[in-house]
Amino acid sequence: MSDLRKTLGLHVGLLLVLLALNWLLPAYHHGNLARIMVLASYAIGYNVLFGYTGLLSLGHAMFFAAGMYGMGLTVRHLGWSPAPAVLAGVGAGLVLSLVVGFLALRTTGVAFMIVTLMFAQAVFLTVLYFGEYTRGDEGFVIQQVDRILLGIDLTDPNNRYLAALLVFAICLLATFWLVRHRFGKTIIAIRENEDRTRMLGYDVFRHKLGAVVISGSISALAGATYGLLFGYAGATFASVQYSIFPLLWVLLGGAGTILGPFVGTLFMFYLIDLSSEITTAYMLIAGVTLVLLTLFAPQGLMGEVRARLFRWLP
Amino acid sequence: MDFGPYLILASLEGAVAASVLALTAVGLSLVFGVMRVVNVAHGEFFMLGAVLAWFVASSIGGHPALGFVAALLVAPVLVGGLAAAVDMTVLKRVAYDPERTIVATIGILYIIQQVTLMTYGPDARPVTPPFNTRLAIPWFEFADGRVQMYWPWGLSTTSYKLFVIAAAAIMLLAVWLMMTRSKIGLVMRATQLDSEMAQAFGIPVERVYAMVFGIGCGLAALGAVLIVPIQQAHYLMGTDPLLLSFIVVIIGGLGSLPGTVIAALLIGMSDGIISVFYTPTLAKILSTLLVAFVLVFRPQGLFGTRERE
Repeated sequence: MSDLRKTLGLHVGLLLVLLALNWLLPAYHHGNLARIMVLASYAIGYNVLFGYTGLLSLGHAMFFAAGMYGMGLTVRHLGWSPAPAVLAGVGAGLVLSLVVGFLALRTTGVAFMIVTLMFAQAVFLTVLYFGEYTRGDEGFVIQQVDRILLGIDLTDPNNRYLAALLVFAICLLATFWLVRHRFGKTIIAIRENEDRTRMLGYDVFRHKLGAVVISGSISALAGATYGLLFGYAGATFASVQYSIFPLLWVLLGGAGTILGPFVGTLFMFYLIDLSSEITTAYMLIAGVTLVLLTLFAPQGLMGEVRARLFRWLP
Repeated sequence: MDFGPYLILASLEGAVAASVLALTAVGLSLVFGVMRVVNVAHGEFFMLGAVLAWFVASSIGGHPALGFVAALLVAPVLVGGLAAAVDMTVLKRVAYDPERTIVATIGILYIIQQVTLMTYGPDARPVTPPFNTRLAIPWFEFADGRVQMYWPWGLSTTSYKLFVIAAAAIMLLAVWLMMTRSKIGLVMRATQLDSEMAQAFGIPVERVYAMVFGIGCGLAALGAVLIVPIQQAHYLMGTDPLLLSFIVVIIGGLGSLPGTVIAALLIGMSDGIISVFYTPTLAKILSTLLVAFVLVFRPQGLFGTRERE
């Protein structure tokens, strides 16, 4: 069997298993998995930039929040229906990532990390500053009547799960397609050796900017979906913590692998879920995991699997 | 109150904030200057200093000054020791790679913060200042064709606040003397200039790194001990000092101690003054954006003279 068929089989297989789980899982885990799939879409967006382009951003929460508020505010204040509202969210993420990318990509390495962190902090504070519209930390609920998309009530757990799966599948297959084609191969080349890629005649800046915009837009889509499916938008989602989470998920699952973001999100979600029954200091788990990963497994779970078992894993 | 006295009051508050910020930021700048790594957990070492100060001060009975002096001596040393241990167990193992160090210190940030939450709890707790006399400040006005001195209501400071400013100034002077006049400072500067060459000349670079990391975090803890009688100890108090120190260190030029101190005075004073008159959120938005733009448009001058790729 060729590598392409194996990998296609693996990814489509995963999506089919997730579809089947819709009717098999008990209610609690059913709800969790819907959440995990949306958050994994966010991690997929992050992975495009971190895993494939090799740019470490510490400010992706601003794109997630742009999607969430782009959707939430248009629904709340302009009375838009969900479909255009989600598009508005993705559009907000696209524009923001274009501007931030254009500025931040003038820097490299540590400076890039700090610039993205600072822009994200500015966005977070802006959300608080316009508390009149965003209701700041408290956030606002998106009413059930506003969450009916094309006659489908997204508050129903079944519909919600399938919508989350649809968004996840789109993101997964889109990145799968991306890294097999010209643009994806070029950004991987930039990750491996930026100078050599430039010398071969590629416009490195434009490819990086493209990667930031794709990454930001996917993150915004995840943010808009999260707000719509779970009916809430709040400033927490713009805070530093939500910039660290995708980094953690992708590092744990394996940067630069297609399945890594999902595996990392799944593991981390349940790790935190289990530990929060014991203690309120659940972020301790996140901290310990981050340190252990940097020390012992910088490749992450899927990275180790690829290195030891299946060389063909994308 | 008139505008004049109000401004004096705001500047005094700003000066207290600026002196603590200068100590914290010099710690961060020292670590970046010598080791070329960014310590994201710096704010948590600050917080740890404040929390340890509370533990020490509350476990020692008697006069409040006794507990405070004990805290002033014990907390920075403990924090510095812990930081040196973190350096040897974690940072050394990632070979001080700039990006991996940032990820690792983010992890350390959460570990320190959450362990504090589990042990110390979510409450904010005060430390009693050793002395706290209220000092009224006079103001002048023209009346009946001559200058008159009077004491406007509300225009006052405390002896403790003046002590904070003086103590921070003395410590900064001590750091400067250590860096420029002592053997240890010479070794540190040699390591900063060229760590491989320093190693070749027999300088134990790894031990220097551990010491610098310890001193840097200890300075943050010292700043926290000084501020904790004014501002209570809380497990989330590390975020603001971290962001402000970042801002100061970037504006002042990374690794340059005089630049850091000047920037800390500038930012601390203006932050204090601005937040008396305007909403602090808008001031913070503008200052974070300022840092981002400085990094984008003038990275070479602000990240020191040499870029390590």
